[in-house]
Amino acid sequence: MSIEIRLPTALRAFADKQEKIVVNGKNVGDALDELFTTHPRLRQQLMAADGKLRSFVNVYVNDDDARDKQGLLTPIKEGDTILIVPAIAGGR
Amino acid sequence: MAELELTKAELARYDRHLIMPEVGPAGQKKLKNSSVLCVGAGGLGSPLALYLAAAGVGRIGIIDFDVVDESNLQRQIIHDTPSVGTSKLASAKKRLNALNPHVQIETHEARLTSANAVELFKQYDVIADGTDNFATRYLVNDACVLTGKPNAYGSIFRFEGQLAVFGLKDGPCYRCLYPEPPPPGLVPSCSEAGVLGVLPGVIGTMQAIEALKLILGIGRPLSGRLMLYDALDQSWRTLKVKKSPTCPICSENPTIKAPIDYEAFCGLKEKPMSTPEISVQDLKAMLDKKEKFVLLDVREPHEYELAKIPGSTLIPLGALPERLAELDKSAKLVVHCKMGGRSARAVALLREKGYDATNVAGGINAWSESIDPSVPQY
Repeated sequence: MSIEIRLPTALRAFADKQEKIVVNGKNVGDALDELFTTHPRLRQQLMAADGKLRSFVNVYVNDDDARDKQGLLTPIKEGDTILIVPAIAGGR
Repeated sequence: MAELELTKAELARYDRHLIMPEVGPAGQKKLKNSSVLCVGAGGLGSPLALYLAAAGVGRIGIIDFDVVDESNLQRQIIHDTPSVGTSKLASAKKRLNALNPHVQIETHEARLTSANAVELFKQYDVIADGTDNFATRYLVNDACVLTGKPNAYGSIFRFEGQLAVFGLKDGPCYRCLYPEPPPPGLVPSCSEAGVLGVLPGVIGTMQAIEALKLILGIGRPLSGRLMLYDALDQSWRTLKVKKSPTCPICSENPTIKAPIDYEAFCGLKEKPMSTPEISVQDLKAMLDKKEKFVLLDVREPHEYELAKIPGSTLIPLGALPERLAELDKSAKLVVHCKMGGRSARAVALLREKGYDATNVAGGINAWSESIDPSVPQY
């Protein structure tokens, strides 16, 4: 079952400059774990010490915020896209 | 205040609005009698204020405290080359007055703070957030929620932009989207990471569209949705944003009832523990005395190509944790970046791992400014 994870520019530096990575998994947590296996530096960027997602990084399954579903346990299916959207503040 | 009528000159100027039934003379009169506050006269604020003025928004406020710098002109199109070195507000006002003498431009030469935000926001119908840091973004959000003003929000990073309307009565606020800011230094700012010059033109223009829709009461405001723009992919995505039932400011039972200390909230007050600093003058003296130390540059390779201090070793901040082994634990490390922010984080990390590391305040820009002007500033 393949799921596409899309990374924003700011995080591509931690994933060999790739913008999308195809993973497997039954839920968001599984998919992220597989992402961290191949790109271990992303773990620290996305996860807090308590194993939860950092509060300035949102993870969407298609267009839904995983936090509004079941968080890391949100089920995913073939063809879904996981989008990682960190807060950005630039404007000047 | 009495409703202002459209003059003959205005009827001629706004013809393309007047002939659309969705705007028409009634809508144009609404615009004339409305007000928008642009927070920041920079990348986002430039197209925003220009289009609001052109469209005939009667009163446009701008709050900024900066001076036009040459490096602004790549994207801040409200300013021009002769304005370099002058106040951004004076430069913006001149341009907007020339564009449309029928609108009133109010300038607020100040930094937006917890002390002045609420009073200022009360004077406007719509707030447009074009700031450049998390502390001010949370302040704008909170002051909007506290005063009941909608926030036409936009933000940018390199090739990406975010757009939303926050603070509508039943809609989410910025805290519903991101409850907390990233720790300082983790997300590079535009001055560290760069931004495609046209990008704020796209996002700021979209903020202007949302502001006009809010004033006219037409269409569907971008509330409860976050739009992401990717210039490289030339694509937009729309994501759902729900109002958080536990939001500390916009939920039923808010815990924040007045603006807070945003610098503390964003971790800017915690001086990173044990990050000793030296000045560029100190660094010069150490180099002149041929003291034994390693000068570590934690910028990105493309920045290193633009400008470097001779004899430095490059390990980008992001790669530092896994390349620690390349550094000698018995050596004295002096760490610099562009302006001193990333190197402060590197020093904190190195000291945590038992290295003797010291930060160079002001980074290579200060070095260029005070020691060696032949090193380009960027």
